[in-house]
Order: sequence, then C-alpha cells, then structure tokens
Amino acid sequence: MTITEKILASRCGKKEVSPGELINAKVDIVLANDITAPIAITEFKKIGAKGVFDKDRIALIPDHFAPQKDIKAAEQCRMLRDFSREYELGLYFEVGRMGVEHALLPEQGIVVPGDLVIGADSHTCTYGGLGAFATGVGSTDVASAMATGECWFKVPESMKFIYYGKLNKWVGGKDLILHTIGDIGVDGALYRAMEFTGETISSLPMYARLTMCNMAIEAGGKNGIIAPDKITEQYVKGRAKREYKFYSSDKDAAYVRTIEYDCSKIPLTVSCPHLPSNTKPAAGLSSITIDQVVVGSCTNGRIEDLREAAEIIKGKKVNPNVRMIVIPATQQIYLDAVKEGLAEIFVNAGAVFSTPTCGPCLGGHMGILAKGERALATTNRNFVGRMGHPESEVYLSNPAVAAATAIMGRIAVPEEVI
Amino acid sequence: MILKGRVWKFGDNIDTDAIIPARYLNTSDPAELAKHVMEDADRDFPSKVKAGDLIVADANFGCGSSREHAPIAIKAAGVQAVVAKSFARIFYRNAFNIGLPIFESDEASGKIQEGDQIEIDADRGVIRNVSRSEEYAAKPIPPFMQELISAGGLIEWTRRRLKAS
Ligand code: SF4
Repeated sequence: MTITEKILASRCGKKEVSPGELINAKVDIVLANDITAPIAITEFKKIGAKGVFDKDRIALIPDHFAPQKDIKAAEQCRMLRDFSREYELGLYFEVGRMGVEHALLPEQGIVVPGDLVIGADSHTCTYGGLGAFATGVGSTDVASAMATGECWFKVPESMKFIYYGKLNKWVGGKDLILHTIGDIGVDGALYRAMEFTGETISSLPMYARLTMCNMAIEAGGKNGIIAPDKITEQYVKGRAKREYKFYSSDKDAAYVRTIEYDCSKIPLTVSCPHLPSNTKPAAGLSSITIDQVVVGSCTNGRIEDLREAAEIIKGKKVNPNVRMIVIPATQQIYLDAVKEGLAEIFVNAGAVFSTPTCGPCLGGHMGILAKGERALATTNRNFVGRMGHPESEVYLSNPAVAAATAIMGRIAVPEEVI
Repeated sequence: MILKGRVWKFGDNIDTDAIIPARYLNTSDPAELAKHVMEDADRDFPSKVKAGDLIVADANFGCGSSREHAPIAIKAAGVQAVVAKSFARIFYRNAFNIGLPIFESDEASGKIQEGDQIEIDADRGVIRNVSRSEEYAAKPIPPFMQELISAGGLIEWTRRRLKAS
C-alpha cells in the first residue's frame, strides 16, 4: 500500500484499502475558517447532534477576512467565536493569536505526522508535508464531521513524483511544485494522491515540503504527501501536541503514474495569468512590469520565506512603481521576523509589513488590485480576479524572485540585484 | 427525476473564483451569492440566467477553492444541474453534499451548444439534446452518491445516521 492508503486504512479500521473504495474514516482534526465555518455552523445545527465529537479536535481560524475587514466579515467571524464558546472548543484562534490556518496548525504541533485531517479550505493538503493525509472538503462535510468525527472518502489512486539532482541557486519547493503543475496541468492529478519522493525531497527542509504539498490542489490532487523522515522528526519534536506515527509506502505499492524530474534542470519558475499551470522560466519574463508584489500566504509566508526575500532586499529599495506587501503567516513568524530584524529590512526598503492575514491572496483586503494592474505574489492561485479586479493579473513565484521583482519593478531573478 | 432546460455554455477550468469571486464571500446568504454567480466568467450571467436553466462546461469545472458558496450560488440562481467533462473533486463532493445535481459526460460537453434545450434523465443517466435530436450518456452516479441525493444531502444523511445509532 501507499502511505496515503495506509493512513486511510488505519482510520477506518481496515487492514487494507484500495483505490476507488468508498470508506467512512475517523478524522483527527477538522478545520474551518471565517469563510467556510459560518456555513458549517449553520448546517451543524440542522443535524441536531447533542454536541461536537471532540472539542479539542475542531480548529476554527478567522484568517481570510480577519482582522475583520468590514461589518459582514465581522458578523461571520462572530459566528466562529460564539460557536467556539458555546461548545468550548479548544482550538479557536482569536485575532492576535491566529495566523493563516495552514501555517498555524503545523507550527503549533496541532497537526502531526500520520494524522487524517479535513478542512473546509482547499489548501488543507499542506499538511501532507508532515506525512499526514490532509484534504480540503466543503463546509457541509465539516458540519457532519464536527458531529460524528467521521468523513466519507473515495480512496484515491496515487501518483509518484521522483525528484533527483541538485537544486539550482534560489530554486526551492515553490519552483519544484510550479514546474510540476506546469508539466501535468491543473487537472493532471485530478482525484489523485500526489506522493513526492526522491533524493531531492529527502533533503528538502520542512517549510519547502509544506509549500509543495500546499499546491497539490492546484494540479487537481486530493492530497500531496511526503513520507516522514529525520527532517520531519526534527520539526515535530517539541511541537507535537499529540502522539504521532510515521507511515511510508511499501516497496511494491501501486501507482497509476510515476514521473521523474531532474532538479538541476528546473529553473526559477513563474506561473503566468490565469492558471498555475501556465509556467515559464522567470528569467524570460523581464519585460513584464509589476505594480504590486506580495510575499506571504499559506504557500510562502513562513519565516524561511521571509528570510529569503529579506536577504535580497536588504539595503535596497522597492521600486518607486511598486507596492510591496509582506505578510508573515502567523503571530510567531511575525515575532521572529521582528526579532531577526527582517521587519526592519522590509520597512526600510519601503515595503508594507502586515499583521498575519490571508488578505490579498484571495482578493480579500490589504492589497487589492485595480483594473489593469499586475501583481507578482508568492501565493498559490492566479485565476481571473483572484487578487482584485477581473481585469487585473497575478503572477506566482518564490520569495526570492518576488523580492528581486519588487526592486526592479519588473519580473526579475535574484542574480540581477545582488 | 427529469431536468429540462436551456443551456449556458462554459469552457475548461472554470474555477470557484469565477463562479463566485472571493470579494463576495463576506456573506453566505444564497440569494446574495446568486446575484454574482459566474460573474468573473461572464459579467452578464447573473442577469441573463433564469430559473430552470442548465450549465454545460468542459473539463475541471469548479477547480480552486473549497468554497461551498460556489455550488450554493449556482443552485440559488435557479440552475437545475451542471454537466461537464469532469469536475474538480471538492466541487464534486460539495455538489452532492448540498444537493446540486451534476453529471459527467465527455460527449454531452462536446456536442451541446449554448442555447440548446436539453433534458436530463437523472435516473437513467441519459442526456437528451432536444434542439439537435441527439442523446448522450452520462457517467453513472456511484451508489453512495445516490444514497446522499435520495437522503436530501449529507446533513440529512448524517442526521438520520445519528438518530439511528
Ligand atoms: S493564504 Fe490564500 S490560499 Fe492560503 S488559506 Fe489564505 S486565502 Fe487560502
């Protein structure tokens, strides 16, 4: 069996499961945010359950339109707060203690290796980086799981991705996953598990693994997953709030497709409008001028991402034609960035340094694009209208390319500015 | 169940930001959401669509976010069903969970044109194009999904299960 199949089997009390099988599985963590929880809460009340299945396994995180951007958003956030109080939820994160959900849960050791996690947010697949089975579902699924602690799944077929070879300078997890999506397309892994393996992955740090699994959904995948190892152990040690278990795929596990990539041939990569699969080497896009650069999100808003951007922009200035917005993904990252002097580097360069929020990533607030404007962001989606006006454009890249672009006012690679 | 109506046609990879842009997600009121349905794919769609109409699209319909607001907005706008070559997986489960009928069919998606009148026989999985006198087969709906539909969605299904236990 694959790692995905093993985790699913363990949660439905079976020795084995195989692709296509429909199962009802126990979930370890159920997650929703200020956009999806309101529907989940309304639906939960219709079920008529006596209570929630476990008050310490339901995470409600206001992050999309929080700090509350307007009255309607405030009303939605209040629903999360009221529900959390009513049911005494242990994993409600108030503004000032929250962060972008998918950065927050691994950081706080709330999701651990071997878990089965569902979240009413498509990027729930991020936790695959820890060796957990994690997938996005809808609000109704969350409502039902909050009552029963269970969720229905179709066991996915698995695709195996093997990465080998040395990464080029500044090339990281973001480039690997953009390159992969560019190769297989936005539905290249539809309904499937994407298992990332190979020597390059074995030495990839945790933040980059989380970035890769985060974007599995952008290829249509049900989950992304990386078998836990020493790097995982180091990351979860001291954080994990629960016992964890390392699963790995059997040697004879079955895959529908196996694809290999020589990482030494993968360049700094940018997704052009309006699909994450529309990838091009960053170096060939120097004619594209940019109005706004965003560094942040559940994809690339971790401390290592901020360090990478700061390293490039240190002592330099954001181009007069560019608005640069830097958003640490959690309060802890915010604090670390302040302590390490990164906040100062960004502000001195002429960038905004914001409190944690999803904000501009989904065109919510804190940096919306006007008609015809163009942004380059370290986020994960560049659909039409994603960051603002339907006639605006979003390009996706890693933090180093984003910082270089902010300095040049056009898409640039780090070598051009250092 | 027979679903009859006029078709609005869309292309590949219609994402949830196109179905209901995030800027409207500070509410989950179905009627409010319906006012902006498909707006970023076709500006005039909310004013053109009539109760009873159907959507036919190409591959990967509903890709992107997990927002249930997407099928809710479509349903609240009066669209009876969506036919596509394929659906993104979260949209697929959301549609069944909230009771928006969806059908996968390569042939129907390829041959049906905007403005065609079609008739879907949901039980038999047959899509009839009245305007062109053609018939296409839809992929059969898995038994569990049929169970969800006949229960009236996941919430009702869960309510019954909890009651029974
Ligand atoms: S940062 Fe963006 S992609 Fe991540 S959870 Fe927030 S809105 Fe979604």
